[in-house]
Amino acid sequence: MALPPHISAGPTTPSSRIPVYALVGNPNCGKSTLFNALTGLKQKVGNYPGVTVEKKVGTAYSQHGQPMTVIDLPGAYSLAARSPDEAVTRDVLLGRRADTAQPDRILCIVDATNLERNLYLVHQILDLGRPVILVVNMMDLAAEAGLSLKLNQLESQLGIPVIPCEAANGRGIIELRLAMSRPDLPLSRHAWAVPAPIAPAVAELQASLIAQDGKAPLIARAEALLLLTDQDSVRVAGSTPLHPRTAEILSSWEKRWKNEGTDWAGTLVNSRYDAIGRLAAEVVQQAAATGPTTSDRIDAVVTHPVWGWLVLGLVMMLLFLSIFTLAEYPMNWIDGHVAALANAVKGAMPPGDLRDLITDGAISGVGAVVIFLPQILILFFFIGLLESTGYMARAAFIMDRLMSRVGLNGKSFIPLLSSYACAIPGIMATRTIEDAKDRLVTILVAPLMSCSARLPVYLLMIAALLPGDRVPLLTKVGIMLLMYTLGTVGAFGFAWLFKRTLLKGQPPLMIMELPPYRLPRVKDVALHMLERAWIFLRRAGTVILGINIVLWFLSAYPKAPADATPAQQLAQSFAGRAGHLLEPAIKPLGFDWQIGIGLITSFAAREVFVSTMGVVFNTEASDKDTTPLRQAMLAARWPDGRVLFTPLTCITLMIFYVFAMQCMSTIAVVRRETNGWKWPIFQTAYMTGTAWILSLVVYQAGRGLGF
Amino acid sequence: MAALVKLSELAVGASATIREFPKAGPAFVRLREMGLLAGTPVTLVRTAPMGDPLEIKLRGYHLTLRKTEAEHVMVEPAT
Repeated sequence: MALPPHISAGPTTPSSRIPVYALVGNPNCGKSTLFNALTGLKQKVGNYPGVTVEKKVGTAYSQHGQPMTVIDLPGAYSLAARSPDEAVTRDVLLGRRADTAQPDRILCIVDATNLERNLYLVHQILDLGRPVILVVNMMDLAAEAGLSLKLNQLESQLGIPVIPCEAANGRGIIELRLAMSRPDLPLSRHAWAVPAPIAPAVAELQASLIAQDGKAPLIARAEALLLLTDQDSVRVAGSTPLHPRTAEILSSWEKRWKNEGTDWAGTLVNSRYDAIGRLAAEVVQQAAATGPTTSDRIDAVVTHPVWGWLVLGLVMMLLFLSIFTLAEYPMNWIDGHVAALANAVKGAMPPGDLRDLITDGAISGVGAVVIFLPQILILFFFIGLLESTGYMARAAFIMDRLMSRVGLNGKSFIPLLSSYACAIPGIMATRTIEDAKDRLVTILVAPLMSCSARLPVYLLMIAALLPGDRVPLLTKVGIMLLMYTLGTVGAFGFAWLFKRTLLKGQPPLMIMELPPYRLPRVKDVALHMLERAWIFLRRAGTVILGINIVLWFLSAYPKAPADATPAQQLAQSFAGRAGHLLEPAIKPLGFDWQIGIGLITSFAAREVFVSTMGVVFNTEASDKDTTPLRQAMLAARWPDGRVLFTPLTCITLMIFYVFAMQCMSTIAVVRRETNGWKWPIFQTAYMTGTAWILSLVVYQAGRGLGF
Repeated sequence: MAALVKLSELAVGASATIREFPKAGPAFVRLREMGLLAGTPVTLVRTAPMGDPLEIKLRGYHLTLRKTEAEHVMVEPAT
C-alpha cells in the first residue's frame, strides 16, 4: 500500500525541499516572540480549513541564507487536546491533517522559570520520532528568580540540541538558527519505559495504527500513548478519523481497565512526570528560597477583594473610553473622506446608473467596511497589552464567579464588554476562549450588548419621544440606561438559556495558568493588532461590501420618473415596496411601511435608520442636529389621521433595536468565526424574533393601558 | 499520616501535599497533566474576590481552578 507522502516522509529531510519546522510550546512561554524573531515580517496568517484556529506560517533563514519554513502551532499544555487549538497542534504533529504536511523537525520552546511543567509537552513530543531542538527561553528571568539551569546536562540526557535563549532581547537566536541549519539533527535518545500495566495495550494499538492507519512505527507508538490520555478525543474538522479496528481495540482496553479499576491515564501521566522529575533534579538548582516576587506583590493588589475590583473597573473604563472616544476621530475622518470621494466621483462622471453604483454601492460599501478599523485596531491593541502583560488572566480570574452564574467562564468577560462599543471586535476577541461551546455562546449573545451604532437611533427616538427643547438630562440618561440594561440582561439571559439547552456541555472549567507579570512587547502587540485588522478586511470585508451593493440596488431600482423627489424614489423602489409588504407584520408593533423601509435599509448598519428617515420624510438628516427630522416625524400620520410616532411607538422601536440583529457586518464576522452560515442565520432569527415578540408585547400592553 | 482535607478547604496561604486524586473525568486528566499529582506540594495562594475560583502554586507556577474541582482533591496539610 502506498502511504500518503506526508506520512511516509522520514525524519531526514531531502535536501531538494525546504525543511519544515513546527514551533511548539506551552502558552505564555514566549512562543510568538520567538516566531516573530525568527521570521520577521515574513509571515502568512490564515485559518486551518474547517476550524477557527489560526494558522501562522513564516519563513526563517539560516545563517547561510537558506530558507526554512516555520509553522507556529497554537500554544498547548499537552497533546491530549482539551480545546480546538490544542487539537490542531496535536493533529499537525501526528500528520493527521490533510491540509498541513507533517513537519520534518520540531522546535520546542520552554519557559526556563517553569521547566518541569513545560517539559511535559516536550516529553510527549520526543515520542514522535522526529528531530527536536529544545529552546529554553527566558533564561534572564530564571536567573532573576534564583534558578540555575545546567543545560549541558539536559542536552546530554535528552540527546538533542538545547539552546538557551532570551527571545525578547534577541539573545540566542543566532545559535538557534545555526542548530536549525544542521543537516543531521539527532533523534532523542531519552529512554522512557511505558509503565507495565498499560504496555500491552500500547503495543497492540501501535500495531493496529501501523497496519490499519498506515502510520510509521514511532509516530504510531506516540499516537497509541496519546489515545490513552485523550479521553474526550476532541475531534476537529479536517482531522483524519481513526480506523474502526484501532478504535475498537482502544475501547475494549478501556472497558477492561474500567472493570479492573486501573487508572490508566493517571499511570501514564505519573510515569512521564516521574521521568521529568528525575531530569529536573539534575538540571535545575534553586538558590535559597526567595521572598515574594514582583508578580506576587502586584497580585496582592490586583486580585485583592476590594482593590481588585477597582483596578478592573479602571482598566475596563480606560478600554471602553478609548474605543468610544479615540476611535471617533479616525472614524469621522474616514466618514468624511469616503463622502468626499463619492462627491468627487459624482462631480466627475455623468449622472447614470454606473455612477450611482460606484458612489452609493461600491464607495459607500468600502466605507462601511473601513469604518470599523479604528475600533478593531484600538481594541486589539488593548487586548494584546492585557494578554502580554498577564492582566487578561487576572481579569478572567476575578470575573469567573459572576460569569459562571450563566454557565460561562471568566474569559467571556472581555469580549462581551468590548461589544458595548462594537460587536465586531468583541466577536473577534472570543478566540481567547478555549472551549468551543463557550466561545459560540459568547458569539451568539455579544450583539445584544448595546453598541455605539444604536446610539443615533436611541437619540433620535428620545428626541421624538420627548419633544420639548428642554428635556431634563436625567430623563434622557434614564431611558438610555434602561436600553443598555435591557440589552445586557438579554445577553446574559440568552447565554444562560443556550448553555442549558442548545449548547449543553461539560461544566465549564477554569483551569488556567496565571503567568507572571511581564513588560509588554510593543512590536508583538502591534503585529497581532495588524493581523486582526487584515483578517477582518479580507474575510468579512468582502461580504459587507457585497450586501451593501445589494441594499443600494434595492433602494435605487426600479427607477422613478426623473422629476421624483428622493422620498418618492425610495417609496417606489424595491425597498419601498418591501416596506409595504412588511407592514402587516410590523403594524401590530405600531410601525408603518415608512418605518419598515428604515428597518430594511438599516440592516446595513443600525445608524442608517436615521438617514433613511431623513429621506423618507424629506428632510436633510444629520447625526448632529435632529430637530428638522424630529419635527417631520412628529407631523407624520397614519392614513386614518392617528399620530405615527407616539411615545409608545418610539419606546417600542428602541426596544426593537436593542434586540434585532440589524447589522450585516456582525453577520459577516459571525460567519467567519463560526465557519459557515448556520450560526449567523440562527443568531439573526433568534435576535430579530425576540425583538419582534418583545416589541409586540410592549406595544399591545401599552395600548391596552391607554398610551 | 495527618488527616486529609479537601484542597478547597485549605486555608489561604497554607501549604499541603496532594494525596488522593479522582481517577476519571477530563478535568482531572488535565489537572494531572498540569502537574497536580499525588505527592506534589501545593500552596493555596488566594481565592478570587468572590471566593471562587482558587489560585494555587505548584512546581513554581500559579494555576487557577474552581472549587467544584478542588473539592475532589484530597491533600495532607503541612505541619
